[in-house]
Amino acid sequence: MSDKSFPRRRVIALAGAGVAGVAGAAAVGGALLRSSDSAAEAATDQVPFYGPVQAGIVTPAQDRLHFVAFDVVTKSREQLVQMLKDWTAAAARMTAGKDAGEIGATAGILEAPPDDTGEAIGLPAAGLTLTVGFGPTLFRDATGKDRFGLAARKPAALADLPHFPGDTIDATISGGDICVQACANDPQVAVHAIRNLARIGMGVVSVRWSQLGFGRTSSTSTAQTTPRNLFGFKDGTANLKAEETDLLREHLWAVADDGSDWMAGGSYLVSRKIRMMIETWDRTSLGEQEDIIGRTKGEGAPIGQGREFDEPDLTSTSILADAHVRLAHPTTNSGAHLLRRGYNFVDGSDGLGRLNAGLFFIAYQRDPRTHFVPIQLNLARHDAMNEYLRHVSSGLFACPAGVSGPDDFWGRALFA
Amino acid sequence: MRPTPLLVALLTVGSVAACSSDKSDSTAATGGPITVKASDTACEVAKSTLDAGTHVFQIANSGNKVTEFYVYAAGDRVMGEVENITPGLSRELRVELPAGTYQTACKPGMIGTGIRADLTVSGSAAPLTEDAALLQATESYTRYITSQSEALVEKTTDFVTAVKGGDIEKSKQLFPIARTYYERIEPVAEIFGDLDPKIDGREDDATAELPFSGFHKLEKDLWETKDISKDGPVADQLLTDVKEVVAKAKAEKLSPLQLANGAKELLDEVANSKITGEEDRYSHTDLWDFAANVDGSQAAVAALRPALEQRDPELVKQIDTAFTNVDNELAKYRVGDGWKLQNELSQAELKGLSDVINALAEPISKIAGVIAKK
Repeated sequence: MSDKSFPRRRVIALAGAGVAGVAGAAAVGGALLRSSDSAAEAATDQVPFYGPVQAGIVTPAQDRLHFVAFDVVTKSREQLVQMLKDWTAAAARMTAGKDAGEIGATAGILEAPPDDTGEAIGLPAAGLTLTVGFGPTLFRDATGKDRFGLAARKPAALADLPHFPGDTIDATISGGDICVQACANDPQVAVHAIRNLARIGMGVVSVRWSQLGFGRTSSTSTAQTTPRNLFGFKDGTANLKAEETDLLREHLWAVADDGSDWMAGGSYLVSRKIRMMIETWDRTSLGEQEDIIGRTKGEGAPIGQGREFDEPDLTSTSILADAHVRLAHPTTNSGAHLLRRGYNFVDGSDGLGRLNAGLFFIAYQRDPRTHFVPIQLNLARHDAMNEYLRHVSSGLFACPAGVSGPDDFWGRALFA
Repeated sequence: MRPTPLLVALLTVGSVAACSSDKSDSTAATGGPITVKASDTACEVAKSTLDAGTHVFQIANSGNKVTEFYVYAAGDRVMGEVENITPGLSRELRVELPAGTYQTACKPGMIGTGIRADLTVSGSAAPLTEDAALLQATESYTRYITSQSEALVEKTTDFVTAVKGGDIEKSKQLFPIARTYYERIEPVAEIFGDLDPKIDGREDDATAELPFSGFHKLEKDLWETKDISKDGPVADQLLTDVKEVVAKAKAEKLSPLQLANGAKELLDEVANSKITGEEDRYSHTDLWDFAANVDGSQAAVAALRPALEQRDPELVKQIDTAFTNVDNELAKYRVGDGWKLQNELSQAELKGLSDVINALAEPISKIAGVIAKK
């Protein structure tokens, strides 16, 4: 767009019709507000995009999620790298509360489609974080073919998850070559971010599956209260938290010595879509519900203790052998801690009069082979809660270190 | 659309410019006709080098399949074409060719990229000014519309005749073929008020004022109710409406911006109603429409090509690659001279088609902005 043509076209738009003119003026105002660097309001709810680790992992969990997994459809490494650069630039803008493209949702010429889709006009940054990860199939396809010359760089920790007892995984909503986790305190901001990244990626990637989450089920900071999952229980009381720096170093962040230098400062993401059998759970007595979880429903205290953050007494038989809290506890799992970042979901109903609802589980860790896999094997075999759960989707992604600045991009170390 | 002053000016100039391939063109042809021997497997053009000027090609079809003959400039921009050359028939194409490199193509069975040969035209070739390139786009696309329209009337006549004759099998065969020509020119056909809904409306679009009629009413009776005994008036009306739309379409001069938007809208059609199987929900012949929409989109882009080459050559490259990817993906579902039925494709196969259309439609959506820029 040339500078000369802008005012003229704007005049045409405003003069065109009274109503349309007013709407156009309002839209322009919105764009200016949204794009302004100095807007004090926007600064308060921005999460910095650049940094040594990716935002959206230990960032205090925002309320809303839009998670997406892409298949890479191009064969060209060059195109893929270019898209990652374009994505990174757009992500830096959107997490700062700006439009996805350089021109913006309403500042372009009338004849061209806008380079931002516009539904976030007037909305603040809303704590938006965008976190990227690379799936095992990016390195080798199902036939073992090295797709982009990356096979030798595949981390050992990115080994396919095993089949867990009771799994009913739907392949069409599982896996993927690249994932993006968008978390924000406004659902429209999260959706806007994913929608614009998908658009930028067309021809290079194709959306394989995506998931909306409407309420966080974990706290990732001691400053946050513990939210509840759709079973009505507090979830994530014993989660890894941002303030626990020693535990984070031991259990969350990968280092070069783990075997994959490009993953230093990164973390491995496991996603599991867990359908909850809501209706049968709701018919279960309070006592049985508490026995299954191993915590009280009101306070969230371990059975036999008084307060939420009291340590569960696993030597006591009052916490049953198949209680969830016992089976998931680090002491039952060789000390393994996960940083959970899951969200409640309701995908409408299932045609049988039941809510299609549950937990979209997300966990970050230093190595899934020593963390998620043994914990989940233990749960899948013994957890009394399994009667009310169905694992329907599964994902595994290597999320690299953070983007250091405008010259860096998502995956630079991997593609170096 | 809100026409900007630039486009209004182009429209005005465009409408007074002569159409070079018009049969009443008074320009004398250079030399005698160039014979083209077309068969099911060959396309022998008597000359491969020509002097710049107006030429007449004489195409004789000795094969068993209906064929088409094209003269293409770079990027398959149609300089001239004849559709629907039935076996045993001979037809003429008059075309004005400035100096440059071209390709000739016969398309036995009327599908695919055809049997190609290079054609070099020598003489003085002045580079186009930007405005001239845009003007040429309109002229080039008008040639396309004219040839497609003629074939549309012929094929619709055949279809309507079969329906009125009560021949269900033949009607079913002709249905997707007649629609091919309509779907190729849909952006133009849609300009004229109620004509498109009458010709191509679906049952759920019907209202008291505009009852269910046209192609899809006949489709439903052919495939679902299996009774076309009362469809004579519907068939007659379809032909009347098609003739009216064709007469209007031929007289219409689309602005370059309309071409750009038409190219995009055709792909939106594919994405929204062909891949999903909504368009031909009784016959499931959606892939015929799919291919025709892509053809039409490609013709509109090809017409704009000289202007796009000047303004954004990188975009042209991107679009060329994306068209090739669509052609390759679609080719997986070719059966003989036609296509697989939409409901024979798996979800993964439909997604493959959806992906290549999205990959094409995004860069194509940028053309309008490039064309509008002064």
